[in-house]
Amino acid sequence: MAEAPGSRATGGARLLVAVYALFAVAATSRAAVQIATKFDEAPLAYLLSALAAAVYVVATVAISRRTPAWHRVALAACTFELLGVLAVGTLSLFDAAAFPDATVWSVFGRGYLFVPLVLPVAGLVYLRRHPVPDHALREPGG
Amino acid sequence: MNTVLALAVVAGSLALAAWTVVVAVRGTGIRNSLLVGLLVLEGLLLVQLVVGVALVAGGQRPPSTVTFFAYLVGILVVLPVGTLWSVAEKSRPSTLVLTVACVAVAVMTARLLQMWADARG
Repeated sequence: MAEAPGSRATGGARLLVAVYALFAVAATSRAAVQIATKFDEAPLAYLLSALAAAVYVVATVAISRRTPAWHRVALAACTFELLGVLAVGTLSLFDAAAFPDATVWSVFGRGYLFVPLVLPVAGLVYLRRHPVPDHALREPGG
Repeated sequence: MNTVLALAVVAGSLALAAWTVVVAVRGTGIRNSLLVGLLVLEGLLLVQLVVGVALVAGGQRPPSTVTFFAYLVGILVVLPVGTLWSVAEKSRPSTLVLTVACVAVAVMTARLLQMWADARG
């Protein structure tokens, strides 16, 4: 299944984008509810939830666009996401007091079947295997 | 939450998820029978919403009513979006988007059951 050099993601990327979109929606809704209803209980955890949500939204859009600039954004988002899940995952294990309530990234995303840990790795592998050639820069229809 | 209904939803969505994997592997494309299955599952989700509203109206309270309803309503969107997405581009990976949607419905329903287990009436 060849990857057509278009401006939109095709084939396998759709699957990745679908999972990212799901997490973007899930994380955004969760952060919105947490911040709107009980922000005072665990401000740090809820702000982290919101940050994670924002990263998922950016990654979803960036991976679905096949242009060099979006490719770089996608790389940055996935890298940040991987570091985030590793950092928050480790901190939530060793300093549970700082995380009285769960975030998407707590305990490496255990509450989400560890998908948050797998997702950035899958994203980085995909981006590495599908670099955007510079001549694809002039996308049809802008 | 009606536990039997919720378990039927979980079982049904996992079965449909397996079906979509078979369709993707065999590359046969999405047939009407699968779409009918998805439609039935969506119907069950609607019933689940009505039952959930009725139970909360009847005085039972999950720990976070907002989250509970967000799940009950949000879950309705998953299958239509996944279906449109995978029908729009006919390729094997696109069919797997439906797998993701079905698994998401199963997980969300399991989470609903978990929330309801903590409900007090």
